[in-house]
Amino acid sequence: MSVPTAQADPANRHKDADADADLLPIPAVSGHAGLGASVRFELLKLLAQWRVRVVLLACWVVPAAFIAAVSGQTSLPSDTVFGRWMFATGWAGTLVVLNFAGTWALPLLTALVAGDIFAAEDRLGTWRHLVMAVRSPRRIFAAKAIASTAVILVMELGVAVSSIGGGLLVVGHHDLIGLDGSVIGAGQSALLVLLAWACVVVGSLAFAAVGLLGSVALGRSPMGLLTPALLAFSLQTAQLLPMPAAVRLALPSQGFLAWRGLFTGPAQTRPLVIGLVVSLAWVIVATSLATWIFVQRDFTDLTYDGSARRSVLVGIVPMVALTLVSIAGVAVATPASGSGIGRGKVEQSLATSFAHLYRLQSRQLHRPDLTEQQLRASASCYRAGSPGEDEGPGNDWRCSVSWHIPGATAVGTALYQLDVSADGHYVADGDGPKEVNGYFQVRTPDGDAANPLWQIDALVDLSSSSTSKG
Amino acid sequence: MDGSGAVRSRGLMKYFGDVVALDGVDLDIPRGQVHGLVGPNGAGKTTLLGLLLGLSVADGGRLEILGSPVDRVLGVPGGVGGFVDGPGLYPSLTARQNLTALAALHGRGPGRRAEVDRVLEQVGLVDVADDRAREFSLGMRQRLGLAAALLTKPRLLVLDEPSNGLDPAAKRHVHRVLAGLAAEGTAVVISSHQMDDLAVLCAEVTLLAGGRVVFSGSVAKLAAESGRLDHRVVTSDPATTRRVVAGTPGLELVPGPSTSSVAGDAVVARGPVGAVEKLVVRLVEAGVAVRELGPVVPPLEAAFLALTGAEGSLTTREDTR
Repeated sequence: MSVPTAQADPANRHKDADADADLLPIPAVSGHAGLGASVRFELLKLLAQWRVRVVLLACWVVPAAFIAAVSGQTSLPSDTVFGRWMFATGWAGTLVVLNFAGTWALPLLTALVAGDIFAAEDRLGTWRHLVMAVRSPRRIFAAKAIASTAVILVMELGVAVSSIGGGLLVVGHHDLIGLDGSVIGAGQSALLVLLAWACVVVGSLAFAAVGLLGSVALGRSPMGLLTPALLAFSLQTAQLLPMPAAVRLALPSQGFLAWRGLFTGPAQTRPLVIGLVVSLAWVIVATSLATWIFVQRDFTDLTYDGSARRSVLVGIVPMVALTLVSIAGVAVATPASGSGIGRGKVEQSLATSFAHLYRLQSRQLHRPDLTEQQLRASASCYRAGSPGEDEGPGNDWRCSVSWHIPGATAVGTALYQLDVSADGHYVADGDGPKEVNGYFQVRTPDGDAANPLWQIDALVDLSSSSTSKG
Repeated sequence: MDGSGAVRSRGLMKYFGDVVALDGVDLDIPRGQVHGLVGPNGAGKTTLLGLLLGLSVADGGRLEILGSPVDRVLGVPGGVGGFVDGPGLYPSLTARQNLTALAALHGRGPGRRAEVDRVLEQVGLVDVADDRAREFSLGMRQRLGLAAALLTKPRLLVLDEPSNGLDPAAKRHVHRVLAGLAAEGTAVVISSHQMDDLAVLCAEVTLLAGGRVVFSGSVAKLAAESGRLDHRVVTSDPATTRRVVAGTPGLELVPGPSTSSVAGDAVVARGPVGAVEKLVVRLVEAGVAVRELGPVVPPLEAAFLALTGAEGSLTTREDTR
């Protein structure tokens, strides 16, 4: 038989404790650790996720496997920058991987790690626990930013090391042909490859910062995770559209493209500097916004799922403003106008590349070596399908390259059809004569070899003056 | 405020936009007391727990925790532990990893492994210490959450529904832990909808409704204030029992669906505790054997429903039982 007054019992049980409380030993009050402990905790959480571990492993294995697989094929990924040189040097493979990584893989990696690092706490409902343990939203933010950046860097390091190692092991440490046709020594190639990876890492940090911002502003919504990938996809789409060079150079995707300028002579440093500055600006602005939104958050409001229209607006509007400021800055700071692809630049670039590669072909054929000055190569280009000025991207560029042989009165002429991309990269497809550039192989005293003049990869500097040649 | 209590608040206010979550809450919780916090959904319990844990700061009024005024977010002094809205655990980490990482965040040195073992032992999770939290049942997660709170060596322990998902043995185990902490001087604040748990554990309870305190005091006092309770009486002679109930001053026979909803020949009598005691005497005098007597709804729950204006829901629930 239960009795209603039974509840008086616990009061009696604990009432003495009130009086005795001050007499009892009070356990030591816990302190709070610094940033290092928080970073270690964030790393532990990240690395405990199977998908992060799988991707991390893939980053260290797949690039080498890809290069090994390609090296076993008879055809090369010649539609990718440096793809046609993958059989020639181990340094080309890593640049092919770098080109692909900058287009898709790195934004996806940043999405996976930085895009989810805040949203994961929303999904798990662990914010209050974490905030109480760390007791500093700023420290939590810093720890998450550092940990996610560290994991992203280790992933990117894996891709770089794996692709470089795979290339060197399978193909070897040989000279690389640059995007102006010049031969870059193996040692110099190594340095440039490392620099190129470093530049792309900076570019990827901009996407990582956008991932942090999306993760903070959108909470448990999957859109937060997808933000860097969506940004990358949008920028890829935008890159296909005709737009002024100043706009193209001011986009954060420039950080993934500008490294190609390292492989021309002289190096196209202006697009590289613009890419780095734009990327760093995105890192600073996006991270600052994410920090601000995060420290404003009320962790006790149970109805708050981590996203708010205001947060989204606070996140988007400044980034749009940053883009506009960047465009204005690039427009003022560079002499580029229009698409940045003009007839003079194309002619200069093609003539330079042809001269360099002609020397390479001469060496293959065991002909006397001639200098570029002796060859005095020049190009004359026009757009066959364009009624207006010879300007802008397109696959209707037609060029005639002329060069001189010392002692000979005749002037050599070779024809090319060019497919010029909006980002300045172009492929010149040889159209004859057959013994110069009309066939993919040349017959050398040592046997058939790839004809370096058959297809030429080169790069126009979008940021230079459209009236100048080069 | 003299600062000797674990929690002392005066006129606490908290708003979420236009919504008043807390409306002038006064609260006094001495050290070494297990204090219950009850109220209907949306009463402001979680908001109040959040303030006690330092997760947010009041928009008005004064709050002192462990003798220190709290006037900023995360401004509570050290020694406050607990969880609100479920224990925050990382499913991809083991129980030990969860606790070890937490100990590290609290600045514990090399001895933290022993501390982790101690709290795992305290909550009875030693055997599953190296299992991932995602494999844990709700009850195990609750115990792991409690272990995490204990790891902070709290002087004020704030727990939100700590008995959720616990089987009777685990519940008793947790109750022992909490009672032990209180005996050592730790103030324990428990928010729960499980009235029987609160009745067993708490020395005092505070009832919140609409962001206001509608009652604060001992459970016994709350039961007394609950007034007329429905009691279920099972006797050897239901017909006589009905007559005796009808003739006992202060009692009324509850007719209709409520009576029929009680199993067998049970009779439901409504009245204060004193009148029910008289009924027992009269039944014995009438030669009727009392086989079973108890409140249809536990007194604390009845008081909760009465004071929070939710009696209608009680009737509805009883009718549909």
